[in-house]
Amino acid sequence: MLEVNVQYRAGAFTMDAEFTAETGTVTSLFGRSGAGKTTLVNMIAGLMRPETGFIRLENDVLFDSEQRINVAPEARHIGYVFQDGRLFPHMTVRSNLMYGVRGDGGLDLDQVTRLLDLKPLLGRKPATLSGGERQRVAIGRALLSSPRMLLMDEPLANIDIQRRTEILPFIERLREETGLTIIYVSHEIEEVIRLADTLVLLSDGRVAATGGVEELMSRIDLKPLTGRYESGAVLSTVFGYFDDQFGLGHLSFPGGTLRVPGVNVPPGTQLRAHIRARDVSLALTQPAEVSILNVFEGTVAEIGDENGPQLDVRLDIGAPLIARVTRKSVHDLKLSPGKKVYALVKAVAIDRRSLGGQGREKGREQAGTAQ
Amino acid sequence: MFDISPLEVEALLLSLKVAFWAVVVSLPFGIGSAWLLARCRFWGQGLFNGLVHLPLVVPPVVVGYLLLVLLGRNGPLGALLYDLFGITVIFTWKGAAVASAVMAFPLMVRSIRLSMESVDQGLEAAARTLGAGRIRTFITITLPLTAPGIFTGIVLAFARSLGEFGATITFVSNIPGETRTLPLALYTAVQVPGGEDAAVRLVIISVVLAFAALLASEYFVRRVRRRPEAL
Repeated sequence: MLEVNVQYRAGAFTMDAEFTAETGTVTSLFGRSGAGKTTLVNMIAGLMRPETGFIRLENDVLFDSEQRINVAPEARHIGYVFQDGRLFPHMTVRSNLMYGVRGDGGLDLDQVTRLLDLKPLLGRKPATLSGGERQRVAIGRALLSSPRMLLMDEPLANIDIQRRTEILPFIERLREETGLTIIYVSHEIEEVIRLADTLVLLSDGRVAATGGVEELMSRIDLKPLTGRYESGAVLSTVFGYFDDQFGLGHLSFPGGTLRVPGVNVPPGTQLRAHIRARDVSLALTQPAEVSILNVFEGTVAEIGDENGPQLDVRLDIGAPLIARVTRKSVHDLKLSPGKKVYALVKAVAIDRRSLGGQGREKGREQAGTAQ
Repeated sequence: MFDISPLEVEALLLSLKVAFWAVVVSLPFGIGSAWLLARCRFWGQGLFNGLVHLPLVVPPVVVGYLLLVLLGRNGPLGALLYDLFGITVIFTWKGAAVASAVMAFPLMVRSIRLSMESVDQGLEAAARTLGAGRIRTFITITLPLTAPGIFTGIVLAFARSLGEFGATITFVSNIPGETRTLPLALYTAVQVPGGEDAAVRLVIISVVLAFAALLASEYFVRRVRRRPEAL
């Protein structure tokens, strides 16, 4: 377990953050730029020194202001994948990869080369690599240093949107095949939904909330932090079967079955479905003859107390779901907690990007055996 | 008129020897000073920076006189050198090398320091997270990436050493075969009636040498610019 409790002040910025990350899980530090995400990972890596507090990894003290302990970065054995890659420009990819090799077990060059598909790059210089290739090398370099855990600071931030989908599967494989404790910094909620087990929401140097991804995303009070436009509940689902005739994947969750076009993975695969609040409509009666495939019966659990013309409504449909509707609709339908409603989710609104966590079941097992 | 006399060859070879040793001996100190100025923050750094750059702004004769006081047989450093190693620098070619090294030092440090400051400290941080201590990080990351500045510093210091006059003549005098380098030989030739031919030859030798050094540095700088990773 990684335990962090640090205080730090620089100019107008104050940090006072406390969180823990379980061994073998992916914890995402999420927040706007300036929230202190990079500062926090730099402190864990030993590149920045907190004023007070402590950082412990598996009960080893890495930093403790009271005991006056501050382990040097090179002695912490924490892998760090930087936002800008930071490959050494005067070395080949192979030399970069081998730089941190300690030769005490762990992954070897062949394994890492295979995991990240680096073979064609080994003889090249970093200047000739694309952004995605560079980050794959950076990840490989960190892995080969036999790290006790891995820090990833927005590794996809400097990569084109189209290219990100090429590198995300590599990071997913990483969590499945290495079982490493990973701290993943991001300000893209879709990355977090695909990769993270636990979410640490940072705001102005403070931890605003911590918890499971599904739990935090279904809290409408955290919407300002998780992002207004993209906000919405995350459902944990299990893939049931694929309807060949219409090309629909059937995903079951405690509230029923979610039908999503074009998704076909092995049955039993755990998938997270991010359902944006703005894609959910409400009806008081079971709608008949509509095009919307996903209709769930449930009750209103909570209505947001914002003053604008839009309100977020949290529903209980066997799992939490958030719908964004107009204030007028809330008034006209006389919505109030406890009222029975039908939630309508357009199947086509759930795209491939909103689904994540393929093969999570397998990942958990491996993480479990690695401990 | 183009018959180069043995005395002139002697001056040329002596100049090359003095400049070579001046650069070789001062290079580690140059890199160290550049590192202290580029990467460290310590009390008295401003004073240190001023000391390093002093030879650039004070008259060379002043530097030569200070060296004479410090490194003369009875000077505090000179006595120490003689007692410990039996080395006498005053009135020897070694002294000429010391004078050249001191005069060229600011140029060398400046060039290395500018290059070192442009090395991304993020790369050094990355090396640390990969298990490299400060020394390994410096040797494997900082130093290779500073190479263009180090090379430029070497060429500049070498060229400056070839041209050193004031500090040399003050410190180690003008002894044929021992401290009479090209500029001193040229000065001597001009002083002697009928020495104009020798002076012209020495001027040509000096200009050719300087040009060669410039071209060498130009070639390297261009090579590095074209392929920055080819260090």
